[in-house]
Amino acid sequence: MFAAENGLKGDPRLKGISDAIRVVPHFPKPGIMFQDITTLVSNPRAFKDTIDIFVDRYRDMDISVVAGVEARGFMFAPAIALAIGAKFIPLRKPGKLPGEVISEAYELEYGKDRLEMHVGTVQHGDRALIIDDLVATGGTLSAAIRLLERVGAEVVECACVIGLPEVKGRCRLGGKPLYMLVEPRQ
Amino acid sequence: MAAQIVDSTDDRISRISSSIRVIPDFPKPGIMFQDITTLLLDPMAFKDTIDLFVERYKDKNINVVAGIEARGFIFGPPIALAIGAKFVPMRKPKKLPGEVISEEYSLEYGTDTMEMHVGAVQAGERALVVDDLIATGGTLSAAIRLLGRVGVDVVECACVIELPELKGRSRLGDKPLFVLVS
Repeated sequence: MFAAENGLKGDPRLKGISDAIRVVPHFPKPGIMFQDITTLVSNPRAFKDTIDIFVDRYRDMDISVVAGVEARGFMFAPAIALAIGAKFIPLRKPGKLPGEVISEAYELEYGKDRLEMHVGTVQHGDRALIIDDLVATGGTLSAAIRLLERVGAEVVECACVIGLPEVKGRCRLGGKPLYMLVEPRQ
Repeated sequence: MAAQIVDSTDDRISRISSSIRVIPDFPKPGIMFQDITTLLLDPMAFKDTIDLFVERYKDKNINVVAGIEARGFIFGPPIALAIGAKFVPMRKPKKLPGEVISEEYSLEYGTDTMEMHVGAVQAGERALVVDDLIATGGTLSAAIRLLGRVGVDVVECACVIELPELKGRSRLGDKPLFVLVS
């Protein structure tokens, strides 16, 4: 579900956030209109508004874990975790996390990749958010949900700044609620 | 009053230091890896980490916080948000869309390249460079060079951890380094 349909209709911050996102045509390959959030994080007002909207939504939901997907999820998730007093857990590409990890495979357009999480970071009964900059097919987020559920966490919601057309009209992903701030600009 | 402030900082640093986990022989034998993920699991220690940087920089007119991929992306944005600065990611090759400038730096074996967006920063802006840890100083010095090439004034490099035996500080030229745990 998009923020505008879920309590924030007409909120001027959403337009500011959308306007701050740069569209880069034909990246990483022809035909893709890449939604570039670096212009959002370099706009202090829009970046603060982004974090504030997520924090306002989650601060009273008893969230104990905020998981962020490498690497762009790392730009948003820690600030949310800090504001709501939750643990931050990085979900990383293979081989980056030291020590014992569990991993989940997910599909790419061509081939597969894996997402890893540290063992022992989450307790049964932990209530978790999963944060990434953008959701397209939902492959990475679905792998993240599976990782957190394998260690006994309850995934409360997945949240992204941008939701691509593949998820338009959907309120759930991998059985979990999906919350997005804005749609892509053309 | 002054003594209380000093004690409070010492207490915070002590908590931060003890929350960092050391993993032997990662990524290869002989390396004692300083793992900050356990710090991130302690909300008070993580908050104290950010607060200590914010207290230092909030009145220093910093316009830009440059964070080095990927662990610099964890610490840089909360600092940037708290001090009202832009966050600028310094990335591995081919991750940033659009026009970039790039800088090569040495690894133990071979080289790597760091990229920054053209137009992300303006000449005359005052910047911090943030990463979780300074080892040899190779990545930090590449970031300093990238920012310097476009006329940005790097005020300081800020890391949670320093490995002083690797003498990274000396590779930063005239740029100061601030760390919480040495």
